[in-house]
This record gives sequence, C-alpha cells and structure tokens, in this order.
Amino acid sequence: MQLLVNYEETAAIILFCIGFSTMMLHKNLIKKIIGMDMMDAAIFLFLASQGYIEGRKAPIVAGGVQSVEAYINPIPAGLVLTGIVVSVSVTALMLALAVRLYYRYHTLNLDEIIALAGKEEV
Amino acid sequence: MLFVQNFPFMTILLTLICAVVTSVLSGRNARRLTIMMLSVVTVMTAAVMVYTLSTGDSYVYMMGHFPAPWGNEIRVGVLETTMMMVFCVVILFSFLGGMLPSIREIERSKYNIYCILVDLLFLALQALVYTNDLFTAYVFIEINTLAAAGLVMMRQKGRNLVAGVRYMIMNLLGSSLFLFGIVLLYSITGHLLMENIRESVAVLVETGEYKVPLTIVVALITVGLALKSALYPFEKWLPGAYSNATPSVAAMLSSLVSKGYIFLLIKVYVRVIGFDVICSMGVLDVLFIFGLMGMIMGSVSAVRAKTTRMMVAYSSVAQIGYIFTALGLRSEIGIVCALWHMAAHAATKSMLFISCAEMDDACGGTHLRKNLRGAFYHSPLLALAFSLGAINLTGIPLLSVFMTKVTLVQAAIDVGGRHMGLVLGTVAISTLLNAVYFLGTAVNLFTPTKEGDEVLPPTVRKNRYTVVGLIGLIALNLVMGVLSQPILTALAEGLTRFA
Repeated sequence: MQLLVNYEETAAIILFCIGFSTMMLHKNLIKKIIGMDMMDAAIFLFLASQGYIEGRKAPIVAGGVQSVEAYINPIPAGLVLTGIVVSVSVTALMLALAVRLYYRYHTLNLDEIIALAGKEEV
Repeated sequence: MLFVQNFPFMTILLTLICAVVTSVLSGRNARRLTIMMLSVVTVMTAAVMVYTLSTGDSYVYMMGHFPAPWGNEIRVGVLETTMMMVFCVVILFSFLGGMLPSIREIERSKYNIYCILVDLLFLALQALVYTNDLFTAYVFIEINTLAAAGLVMMRQKGRNLVAGVRYMIMNLLGSSLFLFGIVLLYSITGHLLMENIRESVAVLVETGEYKVPLTIVVALITVGLALKSALYPFEKWLPGAYSNATPSVAAMLSSLVSKGYIFLLIKVYVRVIGFDVICSMGVLDVLFIFGLMGMIMGSVSAVRAKTTRMMVAYSSVAQIGYIFTALGLRSEIGIVCALWHMAAHAATKSMLFISCAEMDDACGGTHLRKNLRGAFYHSPLLALAFSLGAINLTGIPLLSVFMTKVTLVQAAIDVGGRHMGLVLGTVAISTLLNAVYFLGTAVNLFTPTKEGDEVLPPTVRKNRYTVVGLIGLIALNLVMGVLSQPILTALAEGLTRFA
C-alpha cells in the first residue's frame, strides 16, 4: 500500500530500472543514450516529489512574502535544475559522439563498432 | 582567518579562470598558461599543507557570502591537503613529461581544447577532494567524467572514439547510481551537507529507522563509485581508455581521476555515514572480495598483454584491487593503507605511462614488449624511470608500494581469521605475478641486443620536457619511499580528524 501512496517515488524507481536495463542491455548507441536519459529523468522525478508538499504553492514571491508554511520546499527544485543542466550536457556529448561514430563506421551497434575499431592499427 | 587559509578557494578559482582564459588562446600560449597555473597551484597547495600539518587542525571555508546549507563550503584538513599535494605534483610532471607526444598527436588547432580539458579535470579533482557538500560532489564528478572522456578522445583516432564512448557509458552509469544514492539519502535525512547528514544518520541508526533505505544508499554510492574507479569486474572500459590515450592523459587518468573517486568514497564512508555504520552493513565484504579478485585478475591480464601500455593499464586494475582490499578490511589501518596506496600508485603509475610511451617511440614506434630489448643503452633515463616504477610496484623494500604491502598485511593480521589468510595468500600470488611481468620487462630493457637483431631507429628526438617530467616523478617516488613512515603517520592523524 505504501507503494501506492508514494506513487511518484514508485514510478521513479520503475523508470530508473527501465533506463538502467535499456542502457546495459541494448547494443544500439541511441537506445543506450535514451536509457541514460530515462535514468536521469527518473531521479529528477524522485527528487521533485520530495520537495512537493500537498496544499502549498510554488516558492515564488508575489504579493509580499508569506509565512514559510505557505510554500513547498524549493531546494529539490534547485537541485533538479542543476541536474538537468548536467544531464543535457552529457546527452549532447553522447549524441555528438554517436554521430561521429556513425559517419566513421556506418553503424550504431556498439559491438560492431568495437570490432571494427579493433581491426584498425594502434 | 589567516591568508593561507584562503588558498584552497583561490586555487579552485584560479583553475576555473585559467580554463576560461585558455579558450581564447593559441595552443602554445594555452600550454604556457596551464603550466604556470599548475605550478602556482602546487606551490599554494604546499603552503596549505604545511599550515595544516603544523597546526594539525582542519577548517571549514565558506564559499561566497551565504553560510551552508544556503551557500556552499569546503573543508580543508591534513588528509585533503596531503592527497591534493601528491595530485598537484603528479599532474604537473605528467603534463610536462608527456608534452611532446601530446603536441605531436593532437591537432594544432585543438591544442587549447586539450589544455582546457586538463584545467577542468584538475578543477574537478580539487573540488572532489575539498567539497563538504554531496550534491557539489556529484556536479564535479560529472565535470570530471566529461573532461576525462574528452581527453581520451583528443587523438581523434577510431580506437580513441570507441574508448571514449565505452568510458562515458560506464562512467555515466556510475554517476547515475551515485546521484540516486545521494537523492535517497537526502530524502531520508533532509540534508546534503556532510556534517548534517552525519548527525541525522547517527539518530537514524540509534532509533533503528530507515535501516533498509540506508543500506540501499550505501550500496548505490559504493557501486557507482566502484564502477567509476574501475574496480574488478567493472574494469572493461579501462584498458582501451588508458592504452589509446596520449601518455599525459593516460598518466592523469590512472593516477588522478580514479583516485579522486576513491577519495570521495572514503569521505562518504568516514565523514557522511560513519565507518562504524558502514562496517555493520556488509558492503565492505563485497569490496574486499572484488578487491582480492582484482589483484589477481588484473595481474593475470597484465602478464598476457603483448604491448607495454596495455600491460601497465591492466596493472592499474590490480593496484585498484589493493586499495579496495585495504578498505574492505574494516579497520582504521586499512583505510590509511588505502589512502597511502592511492598516493603511491598515483606517483608510480604516471611515471610508468610517461616512460613506456616515450620508450616505445625511442624504439622505432613499437608497441610490443619484446621490442624494447636494450632500450637502456639508447634511452637510459626512460629505462631507469620505467625500471624504478616496475620494481616499486613489485614491492621492493625502501620504495612506497612496499609500505603498502607491509601495511596491508599488518592490517589483515590485526583483523585475523579468514581475512588474514586470504590477504596473505593473494598478496603473495599478486607479488609473484607483478615480478613476472614488471621485472621481466625491466630486465629486457637492460639486456643488450644480439648481433643480427633488428634495431629500429627512434621515431622522435629527445626533449627537455620529458626529462624534467620524468626527473620530477622519479624524485617524487624516491621521496615517498624515504618519507613513507612520516607520511603514513600524517595520514593516520588526518583520518582521526576526518570523521
């Protein structure tokens, strides 16, 4: 029952596991990158759900500062924003690498790429 | 506050500014600026180390105008400054020692990018060592990963791109597990600052609440950082990355990047969760077993390696195994041994990578171990540096790694039981295997070539940067061997104040 009450956290953990297995099991580079992004998104969902407090509003000051009790916890939101910046940078680099490898080896299958690169001279 | 106490903050800032300025400089000026920055940071770190050693105390430094947890802070003590000092000297001499190959192998128009990545790697390393906040640690772990992957791919060859992708995939997996670990820890303690988490964890342990989530947190952080530091069996990405990168990059990756992650892991164990709590979880037993396996399997792969650089790369797997075995012994002396071996291995492995890559070039661009026969007679400094590293990692007395083996065995005897037998047996087998591949190669360097042997002409000329870099690394290794006891004592004292 606890899993249903904390449904956001449950969904985040399921998403993380799907992302993890996608990244580990698929040989296609693009699928691996999707898996990596799913893992990051799952962690951000988990973190964002920690900061949310039922019945309170976003910590944006409008019409004067109210009591602390009026707002949700802003720290997880700040952390998620930082995490998204890091995640986007990593995804951009991985996609650029995938394009580079595709032009060079004409495949996105990592096993085939490793085999082809192994035949090149040191 | 004394002026010297500002130095850790100033070195971080200086490195960051240097990375930004380097982006608009030519390759030659970028190189000069990076050498200057590394030298200045080394001197400033030496000053902070002397200060912390003389006072024996640690201090917390507020970054900016807001106190933590609203702002950010770093923590500076004996342990941090001693490790950082070794890292500074190693990165400076690795950069110098492998400068000529890097100029030769990296496109001229991209040389300043290489310098930016070195600066960012160094910045991330400093932040990982000094930070007092777990989320800051995550951010700099990612910066470290991106910079290291970029450095692996600087040669622009197919093998380097593939090594870079494999490095990225395994390391990003590790980063995600680490991030999930700290997010879970935040959800059960409500803090990201190390001291605050420590207090909350102590309360949780006392009340018995969140026992399972806390174990999951420790497991996630441990597996994440073990993946990133190439603990066996997560080492598949390592040989390709280390053996295909330029010599300076291989030296930096093997000596510094993996050590930064292990230092962070020790920080999490000792400062964040508490070592007593960690010992009660059984995670250390897993590390102990994998560490022992790494000591043997890394050495077996090194024996089978045909190229010198692959052999040195696989030997890193064995040496990482020593560090995790020491950690897995669940004792204070085990942690001191792990810290000592991080420093000893950093100093030795950088020297081995620089010397073996240069020796390959001096022997006609060969990559095979057997073709290095008689290298001493035309490249004496390179052969001497390689031999010093080789006999050091084999565990010859008066050198630094010998002290690792003595301390590891001493820690195992203190623990007793099955641990003692396993460590003694594995250290003996590993030392024997080390002797087979390292001493075998070193003896080959001093064996004159026979008449009729094909001797290839050197592909590169000798250069003063390699001489300066190697002499610096040889001196560091000798100093660490001679001063091993005082450094071990300083590390032990630093550890008592670390918690």
